[in-house]
Amino acid sequence: MFDGYTSSELMSIFAMQGFAGLSLFSVFVLMAMGLAIIFGQMGVINMAHGEFMILGAYTTYLTSGFFQSYLPGLFGGYFLVAMVLAFLICAALGALVEWLMIRHLYHRPLDTLLATWGLSLIMQQAYRSIFGAREVGVELPDWMMGAFQVTDLVELPINGLFVMIIALSIAVGVYLLMYRSGYGKKVRAVVQNRPMAEAVGINSAGIDRATFALGCGIAGIAGAAFTMIGSTGPSSGQAYIVDTFLVVVFGGAQSLIGTIVSAFGISQAQSTMEFFLSGSMAKVLTLLVVVGILMLRPEGLIALKVRR
Amino acid sequence: MLATSVQAAVPSTAEVNTTGLAVTDDSVTVGILHSITGTMAISEIGSVQAEKLAIDQINASGGVLGRQIEYVQEDGASDWPTFAEKSRKLLRQDDVAAIFGAWTSASRKAILPVIEQYNGMLYYPTFYEGLEQSPNVVYTGQEATQQILAGIDWAVKEKGAKTFYLLGSDYIWPRTSNKIARKHIDKLGLKVVGEEYYPLGHTQFNSVINKIKLKKPDVIFASVVGGSNVAFYKQMKAAGVDFTDEQPLLLTISVTEDEIRGIGGENVEGIYASMKYFQSLDNPNNQEFVKAFKETYGDDMVIGDVTQAAYLGPWLWKAAVEKAGSFDIDKIREVFAGIEFNKAPEGYVRIHENHHLWSKTRIGRAQTDGQYQVVYETEELMEPDPFPEGYQ
Repeated sequence: MFDGYTSSELMSIFAMQGFAGLSLFSVFVLMAMGLAIIFGQMGVINMAHGEFMILGAYTTYLTSGFFQSYLPGLFGGYFLVAMVLAFLICAALGALVEWLMIRHLYHRPLDTLLATWGLSLIMQQAYRSIFGAREVGVELPDWMMGAFQVTDLVELPINGLFVMIIALSIAVGVYLLMYRSGYGKKVRAVVQNRPMAEAVGINSAGIDRATFALGCGIAGIAGAAFTMIGSTGPSSGQAYIVDTFLVVVFGGAQSLIGTIVSAFGISQAQSTMEFFLSGSMAKVLTLLVVVGILMLRPEGLIALKVRR
Repeated sequence: MLATSVQAAVPSTAEVNTTGLAVTDDSVTVGILHSITGTMAISEIGSVQAEKLAIDQINASGGVLGRQIEYVQEDGASDWPTFAEKSRKLLRQDDVAAIFGAWTSASRKAILPVIEQYNGMLYYPTFYEGLEQSPNVVYTGQEATQQILAGIDWAVKEKGAKTFYLLGSDYIWPRTSNKIARKHIDKLGLKVVGEEYYPLGHTQFNSVINKIKLKKPDVIFASVVGGSNVAFYKQMKAAGVDFTDEQPLLLTISVTEDEIRGIGGENVEGIYASMKYFQSLDNPNNQEFVKAFKETYGDDMVIGDVTQAAYLGPWLWKAAVEKAGSFDIDKIREVFAGIEFNKAPEGYVRIHENHHLWSKTRIGRAQTDGQYQVVYETEELMEPDPFPEGYQ
């Protein structure tokens, strides 16, 4: 397995693969965080999560087009505007969807699964009608291209670093929101014991709507970030959704820490195996290990202790 | 006198249609069967547009055997069983005289038994892995040897390539293509330093990019398909791999002008593609074709290799019908070999007796504007060889 590499090459390999694993880790965190919030806190399986990501990506695409035509001088900074817009638009749509559809289906988790799956199909068709079936590319400002040269072999792509920073900021933001704010306290109260939370005057319907909107908004930011590394088409959301569910379920559905731990484990395992085995083989092995561990720990890596 | 001579030019329906196809005294119905929904829609819509354009042009110039072409369009929905079902419907219910359609090998394989059972005729436009030859299919794209052997020979001869890294999506076409590529590279006494496959839709290529940097191949031979391409080229660029200075050289068999639109021209500048057609081909046929295509579908349209191959379908069918003097599939089949099309946008094509086309292979270099500049083309038409000896 290590044949044919000198020891300095091996060092570089581990450095580069470590970085590749970290950037995969940030992608996983971005994808899974929104889903984990909605699933973990509300018990709703949001099958349209990938489509919300794509909505964020299309928002970025439109913003970049707008800056190119009307504000070419500010093009270098459009990305930050796009991320804010992506969050706001996805969160607004999320709130609307919660009000129209989800709130009628609480206590019926399988029905939310079907309803959000239908929603995902509707959104895909809408994208197809509005943007066409072809994939669109988003042009990056120059400062986001290129890489930092660390040694001869080791180079760190700037956009990879950027995705990492976004993922880190969001993880920290969500942590502060959930564990250091009044809103977070209420969310956790509702999750642990809904009737008791309502009895002490917490507006659980409002909390639900805000949480769903938050999860969708984070999906939007993830989508904006992914335009840097991937493609945007009506059905690209489907490509992400399997990995996303894998991360969330493996981590333990109700635990945000679990999501991060599982994203880290899966990404590092996959990235290391990808180098020494083939790409497809790495994926298969990762899946096998995850299935094996889930058989031993059906509730996921980190389970929340709740009295039932 | 004049009236009778015009009538004599249009043979009677009983004469040209003895097998109950949908042919009347003034019309003939054909089928168009592509995915216009689902994941393949991105690629196949261009083929639908090209086939309709060809049909319109043929109609405007008087039709086929004096009959206007009408078409029934069905949606394969990127689902192979649906392709089979719709082809059965086209043949049994609509009695179409020909079917233009399919893109993936999987959809073609799904149609094949149906079309052979009911003796229909499929005009299939995609470059593909070869190893097939059905009496009921005409392959208007390139088969593997036409695309790959000429491409590798070019890289070896013109660019002095010695080492190759093979990279593809994980399904039959890239795997077969790389098998042929590897055999050919071995035969030339050169070296394959890596071979790698990633699942369809994969978007993380950091690991393979690291490997490529370590192994420093002269040529990256790429057959990654669909949306994965966007991720691959963006990440290559971000990792500091610059194709404009030719080291490493990237030779793709899967990125047409269509895909570049999604990837972004700035990310693929300098890569090479081995195909038979590029939108930038400089000949009068192609200029006319590009102009007509843009007039019909809009100025921002781009035309890729497969779109052109789809455009050939109706024209080759018309030529064959007129040579046979009949719409009957069996009679058409007898006259296939040697049918030519002088007005092909790619220049000139001829049908080989193995139902594939003789055509030139060209190497194009991608520009920032998303177009390929042709840097090389084979002097002669390449003979199609779907069952290459020693390459299977």
